[in-house]
Amino acid sequence: MKRDIINHTKIQFPSCSANESYARAVAVAFVSQADPTVQEISEIKTAVSEAVTNAIVHGYRDTVGIVEMSLKLGSDSTLYISVKDKGRGIDNIEQAMTPLFTTAAEEERSGLGFSVMESFMDKLRVRSAPSKGTTVTMQKKLSRREG
Amino acid sequence: MIKLYNDGKRMTAALYGDIDHHAARIMRQELDEVIAHSCPEQLILDFENVGFMDSSGIGLILGRLKAVRACGGDIIIKNAHPNIAAVIRISGLSALLTEGVKA
Repeated sequence: MKRDIINHTKIQFPSCSANESYARAVAVAFVSQADPTVQEISEIKTAVSEAVTNAIVHGYRDTVGIVEMSLKLGSDSTLYISVKDKGRGIDNIEQAMTPLFTTAAEEERSGLGFSVMESFMDKLRVRSAPSKGTTVTMQKKLSRREG
Repeated sequence: MIKLYNDGKRMTAALYGDIDHHAARIMRQELDEVIAHSCPEQLILDFENVGFMDSSGIGLILGRLKAVRACGGDIIIKNAHPNIAAVIRISGLSALLTEGVKA
């Protein structure tokens, strides 16, 4: 159990690409209560977009399934994000996380999704099992602005 | 959405809106039509009106870079907002960021 979670929310949506912007908007709305900086907002938005896009493009390749995004805010201003799908899973997580590696080059996926998540968040963890699904969890400590 | 400004062999494509996986597919078609039709020596992608871009945008830029270079041209990116320039830097495409990166 994570300590001192002061607020949390969870959304579920079908894996349609139109929901990528919806998930970003929800994350921004949720985190705004912690008074993040403009840079933090844009980093969180980008990381969420990458994780949700992975679930849609790779998790539910050639099919539609449910993507679940959970957001939690700790009393120490740490934001916890998890994005979960019950799709095809990742065969080799290490390979998937290698910059520029992609299984969807023909769709012009750049292979940089995990690199972006790693750069913009403090922690990134990927759990996956083939044909069961993938859960990406990320966390970021927000700066506390004075005044 | 894109808007085009043509100046001989130099062409500016002003991009509008957020660039994610959803939007990139549409922009890709629009840009490919332009490239196939006019084979610009220099294609300037103007990011002034793009507020958000994730790594889907990198795929979009890389794909167009290949197409433009295949007909002897090149791409430059101008007016990228800091959050977008940060994503471009992760991709190693910083060399394209030649004009007007916003402070």
